Amino acid sequence: MKPRILLGTLVLLTACEREQRRFQELPAAARPAARDVQVSELQPGPVAAPPSEPAPATRAASEDNAYDVSEGKRLYVWFNCAGCHAAGGGGGMGPPLLDAKWRYGSEPENIYATIVEGRPNGMPSFRGKIPDTQVWQLVAYVRSMSGLLKKDVAPGRSDTLNTRPSESSKARETPRPEEVEQPR
Amino acid sequence: MSYRSRLPPLVLAGLFLLTPGCKKEGGAHPSSAQASSNLPAGTTKPDASKLAEDDGQWLTASKDAANTRYSRLKDIHAGNVKDLKLAWTWSTGLVRGHEAAPLVVGGTMYVVTPYPNRLVALDLTKEGAPVKWTYEPAPSPSAQGVACCDVVNRGAAYADGRLFYNTLDAHTVAVDAQTGKELWKTKLGDINKGETMTMAPLVVRDRVIVGNSGGEMGVRGWAAGLDTKTGAIAWRAMSTGPDADVLIGPHFKPFYASDQGKDLGVRTWPPDQWKIGGGSVWGWVSYDAALDLVFYGTGNPGPWNPDQRPGDNKWTCGIFARRPSTGEAVWFYQWSPHDLYDHDGINESIVADLTVDGKPRQVLIHPGRTGYVYVLDRATGQVLSATPFGHITTSTGVDLKTGRLQPVPGMETGFDKTIRGICPAAPGSKDWSPSAFNPETGMLYIPGNNLCEDAQGYEANYIAGTPYVGMNTKMYAGPGGNRGEFIGWDVAAGKKVFGIPEKFPVWSGVVVTAGDVAFYGTMDGWFKAVHARTGQELWKFKVGSGIIGQPITFRGPDGKQYVSVLSGVGGWAGAIVSGELDPRDDNIALGFGGAMKDLPQNTTRGGMLYTFALP
Ligand code: HEC
Repeated sequence: MKPRILLGTLVLLTACEREQRRFQELPAAARPAARDVQVSELQPGPVAAPPSEPAPATRAASEDNAYDVSEGKRLYVWFNCAGCHAAGGGGGMGPPLLDAKWRYGSEPENIYATIVEGRPNGMPSFRGKIPDTQVWQLVAYVRSMSGLLKKDVAPGRSDTLNTRPSESSKARETPRPEEVEQPR
Repeated sequence: MSYRSRLPPLVLAGLFLLTPGCKKEGGAHPSSAQASSNLPAGTTKPDASKLAEDDGQWLTASKDAANTRYSRLKDIHAGNVKDLKLAWTWSTGLVRGHEAAPLVVGGTMYVVTPYPNRLVALDLTKEGAPVKWTYEPAPSPSAQGVACCDVVNRGAAYADGRLFYNTLDAHTVAVDAQTGKELWKTKLGDINKGETMTMAPLVVRDRVIVGNSGGEMGVRGWAAGLDTKTGAIAWRAMSTGPDADVLIGPHFKPFYASDQGKDLGVRTWPPDQWKIGGGSVWGWVSYDAALDLVFYGTGNPGPWNPDQRPGDNKWTCGIFARRPSTGEAVWFYQWSPHDLYDHDGINESIVADLTVDGKPRQVLIHPGRTGYVYVLDRATGQVLSATPFGHITTSTGVDLKTGRLQPVPGMETGFDKTIRGICPAAPGSKDWSPSAFNPETGMLYIPGNNLCEDAQGYEANYIAGTPYVGMNTKMYAGPGGNRGEFIGWDVAAGKKVFGIPEKFPVWSGVVVTAGDVAFYGTMDGWFKAVHARTGQELWKFKVGSGIIGQPITFRGPDGKQYVSVLSGVGGWAGAIVSGELDPRDDNIALGFGGAMKDLPQNTTRGGMLYTFALP
């Protein structure tokens, strides 16, 4: 756990430096440690193929890059995250992503692991389904929904029926852990 | 007096049903309401279906095979229901939506919980109804993620010493009613394709009839008949695809021309779209022994965005009549061809005999999501009438010549356009929440919604096991501002007798009794008794959490009449509370949550069974 917490801190610190390609500084261990772990029975789409690209050594998209975040917004609909978490991230079959509560952590690495490995109470594992770059774009967008990104990178408008105020006008929700009943 | 001897003899009960003398003033009487025998002819052992005539018990979620939810018990009546008192309670320990009807068999009550789908036996012969045993099917926790509308279960069915019900991860189980031991467990669907099971089965002879959920996940819908003894799948009838898969054969005689022709389950779809076309079977099954037909509805086509599936999309949003033994299709009628609004056809179709235009008719009564009370000839599938009971802007009626719903031009949803003022909204003027029908008076009691929506279509991307919807919706209260209404409806006259506006959609079931009382619950936690003829409120009790369960009534081992209901808000309508969704997004719970933003201020979650009796 320790290295992860440290890393998280590192991420938070460096995130302020707008121009810096901070993610390239992360050691390989910054990647979710066990990429082969899958904690959900659900694997969307046809039976899993091996990941199409080699695991990158670092995060492949920037939270400081408005293009990456807006790509994340598009992919959030494209990969049907919106169907389970609602168009605006308020939740439905899956929990809200708009609020302060996090079952599995709000750090980019936590969210990356959530998407790739899945989570036991019904979050599918998208391992091998979403190219790594796009997973990181999704991570950035998910974080923008609860105001964790800088205002000038978070999307300011939607191309679809608005169901809530834009990400860029979202006040920051201070992440706090949410207890979740683990399956027996 | 012992418990058994207080019950009317079975034979008498049967006679009562068949005797036209029970018919009153051109109303309706229960025909063939009995589920048929579970045993071959000539066997003398009393069987569950005969017992279903026994109003002391409650053997299947919808009370009887006719789906009436009508009880002849009348110790509790319009005159004394005001004195009804809480007898005992029991907490399920769970916080998600509790939609089930408890069952009562002899001196035991059985409750199926939402996920993790425990089956709990409560001993009614002991003070306070202590738990006798608990059966745990341990469904896969991953199933929770693919259940569109909370992790609900709508109840069990009893026959021959066995209880049958479905688990969220798409299995059907049979459990010994005495011991709580699992007798068999059959896997019917795949959660990785988004298939779950939430409906309450119906037992007909040696078949348990079940179906899948998952219309929002691009599943292919089906109903199946399982062998009650072994759990083997005797037949499975798909809701889309070639005739062979749909179990359409030489005896299939749909009434209307639009349902006649070869392989319509393929030809009314773009190529291959039927494979992910929905039509799930997650609602009610009814049965008429005289015709030997089971009736069940099919769900919405997938995706919601209709522009991705030009054609009538057979056999979604309709009703099948089938042979219970083989599953063979006998007729079909489509409530909503090429459905535009997620108006699933799965609501109950109540078996009743009615006088229509002076003639006695054997009918089905179906208060549909489209906003009409349909009366169908149950032998043929002909629509005898379709009368609006809700506020409708999407259609002008049903053409009785062609059977076709008449859509309002300009209200069609689709790609890249926003249609506003769609009424009824996706949950319809009434969703799955079952109505009750009093065959003595011909009155139907409808738990209704009054919701409208704006909808914008976009391209839905099919990824197995994830939502396949393609429609952003925002729902809101219809005219009047009340989001629900409890309606007393005279079926033969096609008229509303009374309507009780409710703040929230009425998402509970209903029970009506010979004591002229109808019971229902509200999402803000009131359990109510109203006069069945006038709608006058006679009694109410504030329970711990909003009610979306199905009330029942029974005679306890002590000879007293009881009324029970599960409280525990949730379901599609209450997911905002049970799933702790964020009210700042209008699209939560597939758009429904947007209309329910004040529900968290009006109720909290938590499953509890309440049982009431006169002092
Ligand atoms: C089939 C429904 C479904 C789909 C599709 C889905 N999710 Fe989830 N998601 C869930 C469920 C259910 C959970 C809760 C899992 C748990 O508690 O174990 C969850 C959890 C999460 C979490 C963790 C939230 C927390 O509090 O820690 C994140 C982040 C997330 N999902 C993002 C996504 C993204 C991004 C996508 C699209 C790539 C997506 N989800 C697709 C159902 C879904």
